[in-house]
Amino acid sequence: MFELGAADWQAIQLTLRLCFLTTLILLIIATPLAWWLASGRSALRVVVQTIVALPLVLPPTVLGFYLLVALGPRGPIGATLESMGFSHLAFSFEGILLASVLYSMPFAVQPLLEAFNNLGRRPVEVASTLGAGVIDRFFTVILPMCRGGFIVAATLSFAHTVGEFGVILMLGGSIPGETKVLSVLIYDHTEAMNYASAHRLSLLLLVFSFLVLFVVYSMNRRFQVARV
Amino acid sequence: MKPRVVKPQVIKSGITKAVRLIALAMLAGLFASVSSAQQMTLAAASSLRPALDYVVEAYQDIHTDHQVSVIYGSSGRLTAQIINDAPFDFFMSADMAYPQRLVDEGYAASEPRVYAWGRLVLWSADLDASGLTLRDLVDGAIERIAIAQPEIAPYGQRTREAMQATGIWSQVQHKLVFGENISQVTQMAQSGAADVGLIALSLAVQPGLASTGFYLIDAALHEPLEQGFVITRRGADNDVAKAFSRFLATPAARAIFRDNGFDVDD
Repeated sequence: MFELGAADWQAIQLTLRLCFLTTLILLIIATPLAWWLASGRSALRVVVQTIVALPLVLPPTVLGFYLLVALGPRGPIGATLESMGFSHLAFSFEGILLASVLYSMPFAVQPLLEAFNNLGRRPVEVASTLGAGVIDRFFTVILPMCRGGFIVAATLSFAHTVGEFGVILMLGGSIPGETKVLSVLIYDHTEAMNYASAHRLSLLLLVFSFLVLFVVYSMNRRFQVARV
Repeated sequence: MKPRVVKPQVIKSGITKAVRLIALAMLAGLFASVSSAQQMTLAAASSLRPALDYVVEAYQDIHTDHQVSVIYGSSGRLTAQIINDAPFDFFMSADMAYPQRLVDEGYAASEPRVYAWGRLVLWSADLDASGLTLRDLVDGAIERIAIAQPEIAPYGQRTREAMQATGIWSQVQHKLVFGENISQVTQMAQSGAADVGLIALSLAVQPGLASTGFYLIDAALHEPLEQGFVITRRGADNDVAKAFSRFLATPAARAIFRDNGFDVDD
């Protein structure tokens, strides 16, 4: 009953690769960004925070259309890349990776910002006066004390990318193995009224997502209890 | 001078009056909409836009008391919605398979009938597509070709057939990118991200796209793109649905379809 075809496995692999890379890149970008946002109240910070949240506003297929225009050969980003000897980003894995990073950015920044706000500056300043360097301060003070924030940020980025659909559909062009992710494949199955295949993949996706979220949240809870 | 004092009761009665007026107006509106029950909801494939808008306009010019509201979507999604009791009285698909499916499963109140035939064209934002043929697509200068998903979109299926008949299907595989429907394919080509798009003639003749040329694909290369409609079970007793189905066969309606890039019976 639960046989998956080659196309299904290909989409699952591709989706996992996209989600892992998106989450990794987001943690690298969002950590300093959220730290900077948490370290003051200037108007510039509010502007940046607002821009980060903007992808939530546009309908995903519309956002996908603008990304297609911007990253395609005639768009500002795509054209610049081409003039530098690279290829433009429309219809490529790199393109949907960039789109996923932008699209899931608020889900990484917001939990980290909250965690850093709760932490305050004091622990870091104390560590600094005790002679800890920047990297030392991050790994021995910030990371352990804001563990919950990092876990939530990573989980939400990952989960949000798994469910990403409209942007990828438009920008990616459903190329098998390159941009045809699981959500797009499931959508194709339902549009073709191929319900048995759609049900199978959806069930798999639901069970997988439930397990991931459950494990992460129960870990997070234990840490919180342990801290008290 | 005595300052003007408005007594609270006066304000209160003013508000009550206003509320009554609004309630009365709403009631009147309700009756007005009930008395003109000559209404139907038409679910239509998005590839019919804007031709169908003009057809509905022409229909309402003749039947001034009839109200037709159109909801556009993909034929597959609309079919699934009708099977699940969507409030649609009339369904115009971009093929015959979906209307036939509604008939087979008992959700239709009429036989499926063809109202027009779609045509495929090659279109490009940068190249002069009128000088291109299907065989030119194997050329190395063309890197990305946007087509509709053959498994879900009728235009995509016909595109595949035409490419197979020309013998280029296997050679262009690595260049293909897929849109969910024909309008998405058009957007991919319009943005220049895809060098060429295989789109519907009905879209290529619209302002905004008509400025660059197109190459009409020989209809003999693929199965006909029959566009079919049915009256749904919900619309079985709807007079507007019946009148509209008759209107689709009139020369006036056919002329509009023909002018907007569809083939029709002469």
